[in-house]
Amino acid sequence: MKLLTHNMLTSNIIKGVTKGFPLKIAASEVKVSEVDFNPEFIARMIPKMEWSALCQAAESIGQLGDLPKELAPEYESDEEFLKKAHHVLLEVEVKEGELICPESGRKFTIRNGIPNMLLNEEEVAK
Amino acid sequence: MFPTPDISHLNSADYQYVYEPAEDSFLLMDALEKDLQSLKSARPSVCLEIGCGSGIVSTFLAQMLGPDSFYLCTDINPKALEITRNTGQQNSVLLNPVLTDLASSLADRLENKIDVLLFNPPYVVTPSEEVGSSGIEAAWAGGVNGREVLDRLLPDVHRLLSSQGVFYLVIIKENKQGDIEAIMSKYQLEMTVVMSRRSGPEHLSVLKFTRNNP
Repeated sequence: MKLLTHNMLTSNIIKGVTKGFPLKIAASEVKVSEVDFNPEFIARMIPKMEWSALCQAAESIGQLGDLPKELAPEYESDEEFLKKAHHVLLEVEVKEGELICPESGRKFTIRNGIPNMLLNEEEVAK
Repeated sequence: MFPTPDISHLNSADYQYVYEPAEDSFLLMDALEKDLQSLKSARPSVCLEIGCGSGIVSTFLAQMLGPDSFYLCTDINPKALEITRNTGQQNSVLLNPVLTDLASSLADRLENKIDVLLFNPPYVVTPSEEVGSSGIEAAWAGGVNGREVLDRLLPDVHRLLSSQGVFYLVIIKENKQGDIEAIMSKYQLEMTVVMSRRSGPEHLSVLKFTRNNP
C-alpha cells in the first residue's frame, strides 16, 4: 500500500464513524523501492492530497525524511521538492501491517501490500 | 491500435480464483481505445476500476494513458487484487489495489475526484442468493436482472466523478439499459452507448456516462 493510496482511504464505512481519516498505520514491513519520477504526475496529485495526513503517515513509519510539512507556494516548479514528494508518495510501500480507525480503533489488515477494507455485515454503515 | 496486455503470467489455476478475460473484458478495452483521444485530452489524474479481476482492463487503460495518472483498482476478491498487481507489473504499469466493496473506503476522499471510472460488473442474471460471495462467483452473479451489485453503485457515481469525469460500464441486454439510463439521468448523468457486441447468447454493451452539467 503506497502512501498515496493510504491518503485516499477512510474508515467512514463503519457504522457510526464519521471521522475515519487518516487511518493510523502500524507497519510490520515497509519496502522502499525505486519508481520512475514523473514531476507532472506528482504536481497534479499534490492538490488532491491531505498533506498533513501524508506527512503524519510517513512520519509514523519513519519515512518522512526532510519532506516539508507545509506546502510552499509554487511547489509545482520546485523539482527538489517534487522529488521528495514522489519518494514519499510512490516509493514507500507498507507491505504488512494494519490500518487503524482513529475513531473506533477497528483494525484493517494490510497483507502483501493490499489493505483489506472489507467489513463484516454488522459493521456496515447503512 | 494498442495490443492487449500480456497475461501470459496467468494460467488455468489462477482462473479458478479470478475472472478469465472474456468478450466483455475485450469489449470494454475496445471501447476505451475508441475513446482514446477524448480520454487523453481530458488529462485524467485519477482512475478507478471497480471489480478489476485479473487487472487486464486497468492495465490496458494505464498503457494507453500513461504514467501521468494514478490507477486504483478495487475488488472484493483478495486473489484478484494480487493478480491485478502482477498483471500491472508484467506490463510495466503501476496499479494500486485495495480490497474493498465497490468504492466504499475510497469514496469520501475521492469525492468528485475520479476522472475515469470503470466497472465491468457481475451482470449475469442469477438467483439473489448467489450474489455477495467473495470467490469467483462474485465475478458474474448479478442477481435479479443482473443488477443487484450495479444498483448499489449507481447512486454514488455522480459523487465520485470529477466535473469532467467519465464512467464506463459493461452491461448485457437483460440488465435493462433504459432503466439504467433513467436512473442516471436523475443524477444529471448522460448516457452514450460506446460499443455493442454479440457474444454467443450475450448482447453486450459498453455504456458511457458523463455529467450534463459539469
